[in-house]
Amino acid sequence: MEEVDVEPAITNIPAASGGKHLGFAWGPGDILVYETLYKASGVKGSGSSFIHEVRKDEDIYSPILRKLFNESHHIFVGLQTIREDLPSKNKKSQFVSISKNYRSVIRACMEELQQVAVSTKDVKMAVQYGNQVSILLAIELIWNLCEVLFIDAAPAGSLLLHLLDWVRLHKADVDEKAREVLQSESPAEHPDYCDVVVSYVLQGRLEEARQMLVKQATLQPAARNMYKLMDTLLSKMPFYNPGGTQTLTDFDVKWRLWHEEVDRCLQDNSFASNRHLELICKILVGDEDTLLEHKELLSTWYHFLVTRLLFCHPTVKPTELHYYAQSCMTMFLDSRSVPEPLDNILLAAFEFDIHQVIKDCSIALNNWWFVAHLTDLLDHCKLLQSHNLHFGSNLREFLLLEYASGLFTHHSLWQLAVDYFDHCPEFGRVYLELQIEHVPLDTERKALKVLRICEQRQMSEQVRSICKIMAMRALRNNRLGSALSWSIRAKDAAFATLISERFLQDYCARGTFSDLDLIDNLGPAMLLSDRLTFLGKYREFHKLYGEKRFREAAKLLLSLMTAKIAPRSFWMTLLTDALPLLEQKEAIFSADQTHELMFCLEELTSSLNTTAPSTDRPMQEEDMEQTKVELLRLALARNLAMAIVKEGTMET
Amino acid sequence: MESINAKYVSQKISKTRWKPVSYSTLQQPEVFATGSWDNEDNKISFWSIGSHGSVSMEDGFEGDPQLLCEHKHDGDVLDLQFLDQDRIVTASSTGAVTIYRHHQNNQTISVCQHWARAHRYPCDNAPCTSVVCSSPEIVTVGEDGRITVFRADQEGVIRVIENADSSTIHAVTYLRTTEILTVNSIGQLKLWDFRQQSNSPSQILSLSGDRVPLHCVDRHPNQQHIVATGGQDGMLCVWDVRQGNTPFSLMEAHSAEMWEVHFHPTNPDHLFTCSEDGSLLHWETLSHSEIPSFLQGGRNSSMMSRSAMAPAGGNQSLISAWLSGDSSKGRLETTHMLPSQTLSVNSLDVLGQCLVCGTDGEAIFVNRQVPV
Repeated sequence: MEEVDVEPAITNIPAASGGKHLGFAWGPGDILVYETLYKASGVKGSGSSFIHEVRKDEDIYSPILRKLFNESHHIFVGLQTIREDLPSKNKKSQFVSISKNYRSVIRACMEELQQVAVSTKDVKMAVQYGNQVSILLAIELIWNLCEVLFIDAAPAGSLLLHLLDWVRLHKADVDEKAREVLQSESPAEHPDYCDVVVSYVLQGRLEEARQMLVKQATLQPAARNMYKLMDTLLSKMPFYNPGGTQTLTDFDVKWRLWHEEVDRCLQDNSFASNRHLELICKILVGDEDTLLEHKELLSTWYHFLVTRLLFCHPTVKPTELHYYAQSCMTMFLDSRSVPEPLDNILLAAFEFDIHQVIKDCSIALNNWWFVAHLTDLLDHCKLLQSHNLHFGSNLREFLLLEYASGLFTHHSLWQLAVDYFDHCPEFGRVYLELQIEHVPLDTERKALKVLRICEQRQMSEQVRSICKIMAMRALRNNRLGSALSWSIRAKDAAFATLISERFLQDYCARGTFSDLDLIDNLGPAMLLSDRLTFLGKYREFHKLYGEKRFREAAKLLLSLMTAKIAPRSFWMTLLTDALPLLEQKEAIFSADQTHELMFCLEELTSSLNTTAPSTDRPMQEEDMEQTKVELLRLALARNLAMAIVKEGTMET
Repeated sequence: MESINAKYVSQKISKTRWKPVSYSTLQQPEVFATGSWDNEDNKISFWSIGSHGSVSMEDGFEGDPQLLCEHKHDGDVLDLQFLDQDRIVTASSTGAVTIYRHHQNNQTISVCQHWARAHRYPCDNAPCTSVVCSSPEIVTVGEDGRITVFRADQEGVIRVIENADSSTIHAVTYLRTTEILTVNSIGQLKLWDFRQQSNSPSQILSLSGDRVPLHCVDRHPNQQHIVATGGQDGMLCVWDVRQGNTPFSLMEAHSAEMWEVHFHPTNPDHLFTCSEDGSLLHWETLSHSEIPSFLQGGRNSSMMSRSAMAPAGGNQSLISAWLSGDSSKGRLETTHMLPSQTLSVNSLDVLGQCLVCGTDGEAIFVNRQVPV
């Protein structure tokens, strides 16, 4: 046994407390738990009659998150169809845009959840929505970082720009505060004014910081020069332009010059008289102690990391990141003893340990959606190749299967899971085969949809089983026509025989056929089973007879017996059907045909006499049978005479 | 394709229908109804795409459907038809037929008539698969092979044809006021004349031999003898019910079940189909001349003269483009109306220039600039 990474969470079964014993059964996604009687046999206890369903993945049941599942399903399918042979350069931009699509879906979902959380009156629900929002926030934060580090894989220079964007996107409360400040009567005297300016600087949004500073500068004409100096410093700070002609070394030189200038200003106490400006200057020079004094504005260690990189190491290389990240985290978190799971996940990302990120996320998050989709995307970027699990096939497939299995247990989302299974080359099909048979088939329309899924994937076993279920149901409801249609669709000869048998029984009992619209239009489907062929042909005989096409009818009737299509048990009925034909004024059966009929009758009577002594049959019935045979013999003899005479006269 | 607008609604949509508008005002439709299926709790919902609906448009998405109201529905909504401006009839998988009223002043929905077990087996419910209404008459069909006629204002059943079909009846439409047409799961079209007391169809048409189940049917709005059907193989068939027992033309349309087919109600040279394969097609018959194609006549006049149903009054030469006997290239153009989509498009409705469709991907698509 492997060691567990974390202690498993405990789920309490409400009705089963107090030392009661529980039994359980694994389901595809859920676990069923029931109370058992763990007592010596014979003792009758009053066990609870409840069965509890324990769900692994609760998020699937959230109506708003369903949008996330549906929209991301669409993106997922699109990603799978990206062609393998594209040049990797084009591919990268496609992967980045797909990653952005995923994130925008998360964001849309988050916004809606936020709105609902605010508008709901139910406190418990509001808390639940709030929790979901924070989970989605974390998911988006991690995803965005993974996009920057792994998928986009930005080189030194642009790396910092991407990280800045990342921090700005997830620390958007500055904008809200700024709006509040700007809307007040005199912004420069607003209590939050300083915080806003400093926050802007911390995020490297220097243009906005300058605009804010102007407002204060106009109030203090005496300090005009000082403000002007600060404005120049802020405006001159170089930013790397990845699209431009400037090389990274050029940028580095320029940045160093600027940094020295800021440092000089600090050294010669240019801002000594203004605490606020001096603080900004200290930030610009990258003074760690000053930064750490403003923890509440940074709020997170990774904001601190990015700010520190911005003002100390703007040309940081991806490989150096982990060193800074580690140190920033220790510096920032000294007061708090234990880093939270999110901190560890982000740190692992900065360390480029993809597998650790995925592992930690799987443990920390209560749904598979995130890890499954992220892993799939990373796998498409060829970032996960060397890793194989000692269970299942590989990480991507394992996670996708987990996610899809969860979807499949949902009464409505099961359709989405099919496409996920399709893109799991090793075990996807087996999973699908096992699960698809558990989809409840309430209506024919649903059955048709499930059938289509199976037929498209050549899952003939499942097709047969679904058709059989539907045929059995139709049969139970006495819908023979439907039942026959379903068994024809499944090409289930045995069942078709059974239903044909029922049709014939009904005919014998009532003397008329039911469901003529179906039987008359069997077409080539008739050949599915012998009995079905007989049913169709026998009905054809009745049709011919009804249309007074006696000769053809007679020929068909005879061939049904001689070609052994008709079951022996039905021969008597067929011969009885021949009676009216034999009794026609004109001879319909030729002499040869009559001979054959006679032969059939003899074969039947002899077999009846030898095999079935039938003592238990009522005498009356026996008598009737006997009379019928007598009648037939008479009619046959008369017809034979007629035919011989007729054929004799025609020859001469 | 730019004018297509998708909205995810957290329920699989089985039916979408525009609320009717009066033709005289030449208004574009604004409100539509949807029904869901395969949910634990199914619903019928009313949506508005109008800009001056009673709901405030917070986010600036112009034309993004806004939920007006919704009501719980027992079982899957298998069909949905407006009876009039504010009443709608639903067919349920529980076999029930229900009329709901949409109160527009306070945006609520109430049940105003309910027939439980309108379709049933001796000891079980049978899903009611389709409903068609011509106020106040409502005709429903079901998996039990029954045809049932109701009146919106009467509690009882007006007429039942038991065992109208030995297999499942998938769809029904009016041919004329006293005649209906049903399609079934063994590829047959059956005409029923309610003036006759007999419980057997007045005519049966079928695809020869193949027995491909038919899932949907729609009648040409002006020429009542022209009927389009769609089946399990995704083929579009156009039939002339006066003429022969086999389809007039067969066109390959979709790669899986065609769930719905609709002629454009006012411009029947256009036709729309949607399918399990996730596509929505717009079909257009192109006429060679300036004259609208439905006025082009005379090509098959011999056929016309045999017709017993040809409208009197000199327009004997009327012949639809759908029956011009020439479905070769150039006469028919098809366009895909949805961006790539993998899950089934279950339903569509088109009125004026507006089209709405619903999918198993839990999305509603609205297009307000259908080129018709």
